[in-house]
Amino acid sequence: MENTLIPVDLNEMGAKGAIADDATGKWGMAIDQDLCTGCQACVAACSMENNVPFVLEDDAGYGRSLHWIRIERFWEGEFPDVKMTPFQPMLCQQCGSAPCEPVCPVFASVHSPAQQINLQVYNRCVGTRYCANNCPYQVRQFNYRDYALEPINANDDNGKLVYPLHNQFNPDVTVRRRGVMEKCTFCLQRIHKAEETARTQNEELGDVEFTTACAQACPTNAIVFGLIDDPNSLVSQINAANENKAYKQLAELNTNPRITYLKEG
Amino acid sequence: MTASSDYFPRAEKAHEKHEEEPDPREQLMFDPLPRGQMNAMVMESMYTTSWKFWVVVGILAFLVATCFFYAWGYMIANGLGVAGVMRPSFWGIFLVNTVFWIGISHAGTFISAILRVFKAEFRRPFTRAAELMTTFGLIQAGASIFMHLGRVWLSYWLFPIPNQRTIWPNFHSPLMWDLLAITTYVLGSTMYLFLPLIPDLAMARDRSTGWRKIFYRTLALGFRGTEGEWRHLTTAMNIFAFAIIPVMFSVHTIVSWDFAMAMRPGWSSTVFGPYFVLGALHSGMGAVAGVLFIMRSTMKNMTYFIRKEHFDSLGKLMMIVSFAYAYFFFNDYIVQWYGGDKWTDALLHWLEHGPMSWMFYQMVTFNIVIPFLFLWNKKVRTTPWALALIGLLINVGMYWERYLIIPVTLTINRMPFTWRLYSPRIEIFLTIGTFSLFILMYMIASRLIPLIPVWEVQEGQMTHSLRKVGSTMVHTKTELE
Repeated sequence: MENTLIPVDLNEMGAKGAIADDATGKWGMAIDQDLCTGCQACVAACSMENNVPFVLEDDAGYGRSLHWIRIERFWEGEFPDVKMTPFQPMLCQQCGSAPCEPVCPVFASVHSPAQQINLQVYNRCVGTRYCANNCPYQVRQFNYRDYALEPINANDDNGKLVYPLHNQFNPDVTVRRRGVMEKCTFCLQRIHKAEETARTQNEELGDVEFTTACAQACPTNAIVFGLIDDPNSLVSQINAANENKAYKQLAELNTNPRITYLKEG
Repeated sequence: MTASSDYFPRAEKAHEKHEEEPDPREQLMFDPLPRGQMNAMVMESMYTTSWKFWVVVGILAFLVATCFFYAWGYMIANGLGVAGVMRPSFWGIFLVNTVFWIGISHAGTFISAILRVFKAEFRRPFTRAAELMTTFGLIQAGASIFMHLGRVWLSYWLFPIPNQRTIWPNFHSPLMWDLLAITTYVLGSTMYLFLPLIPDLAMARDRSTGWRKIFYRTLALGFRGTEGEWRHLTTAMNIFAFAIIPVMFSVHTIVSWDFAMAMRPGWSSTVFGPYFVLGALHSGMGAVAGVLFIMRSTMKNMTYFIRKEHFDSLGKLMMIVSFAYAYFFFNDYIVQWYGGDKWTDALLHWLEHGPMSWMFYQMVTFNIVIPFLFLWNKKVRTTPWALALIGLLINVGMYWERYLIIPVTLTINRMPFTWRLYSPRIEIFLTIGTFSLFILMYMIASRLIPLIPVWEVQEGQMTHSLRKVGSTMVHTKTELE
């Protein structure tokens, strides 16, 4: 297993041509829309795991909710015969050929050659928001304010603001300040831990038991995360067994998404 | 009816026409004044300031202090949450302002560089006014870009300067091209503003006292008007006039690539480059008409320098630009409609029937219909206030066009779940702030530097003359080179 640091020319990483991986990629996901009940447990778990702040009512209603994963629901047909289509969890598709990467002027949106996913370097971001505009899936989130420091989340302790919610921050994940972009990382901190476990225990990476927060929280196992370049992994087996149901979001854009959706039926 | 009119109808008509023809001495080029008197008139226009001027300056200074500096500081302190940007319209009015001001700045280069290269004589009295618009407009554009950034205090990371992070900026990003193009344009247009200013500054230096003398002496760089100095200055101006034309065309093309390179319905259009350049010229010409009207009606002695024939020529130019703009406008929208992409169809439907459709129809009316209907008429073209009004309407239309292209187009994306309409918040104040800052800078500059390039007018008047051949007056012009 490749775990050594790969010397990377940062000036090449943003180039669309230079990072276009093979179609499979490394880490991936299968989302079964038949199984999804729209319970939003993944949204809550993701926010807890990744220190995604709470956005207050006004801002969230205006389209500034910070959710790295969201459940989309749609309807079909006109009013009397309305049919609900299956829930569609939408998160960063970790494109192999990502539109968000080449447009960042400061290399804050980069491709990770080791994990083959898209990363956002928070402390390099200056907030041009070009990546979010160019993301066809609209899964990039912008910190419009210091939501983690909103006074409404705090208790007044003799004139000093105490933030009880800060006690449940995940120490493995940065708390983002205002003015930067953020997005789903496939729980990169868990991937790193798994890689370390594999190295120290001399195991294969595929044998380490771990998954992303959203997949872990999903009560119906609609979300399955794993190595898609390993044919024996669960996610690969699910994809192979459901070839007729599998599709990629906006496949016509050739972004090479790592997430396979299994449509209903 | 006499017999002669039947036998010589053409001669009769020619005679009638000759009587209707205006006196050529109504034109600035054929109405020369002594050089000393003209210099004194320009100096007087700088010195004469009424109390109304200072009232307007005071109001504008207040607006700049509150709507520009305070509002921007408030936004920096509180984050972009006080602005209206959200998903999916991550770009809002700040970039609308940027594109708008870069558009305004195009008029200066066009009028002073292209018309100078092609030796269009009507440009002479207002090249300076247009060049000032370029420089001051670009300042507003630059400020708007920095307002737009989420962490503006780190904006130096965008510049390709050596740094301890050992990261070079990403030259694949259209924003990087944009930054370089705008920086080049700012530097080039400022130098191009300064070079033709040197003889006028020297003129002002010789006619002023006190702090103004020191000011002009410093800026005039010791220009005395010798043969060798003029030769060097003319060479430098020629080089800059030719060099700045491709920069002007490239800068707005590159600004359009910020949009055209992105994968958004309505944005990824190959015609955006020329479309944006023509749009920029369209709004710029309109702004020049407005500025000339205000100069003529408020500043002293300007009715001598800025005359009907200038508005007439400018009106013709505006009409031609609006034709070209209309071609690219319909090209852009019709080709996109013909493409039949479902997201583009949704976008066009949104523009035509959505809540912002009033803006779409106003844009078409102001940018295309009104110039087409009115600029044919010589009477409209030679009426300063009418031309200024059309110029103002064109600018409103062009502002709506940029507004439709950025936040309204961004509303429609490939994820219908996120569709939501943008509404500006603190952006409104900051927009007022940039407009006030532009007008304030222009007003202060009008007290400090000669807004009329006197030497250029004098040069033009020297080369033009009226000769009498028989009973007719013949216009003659001597080539300078």
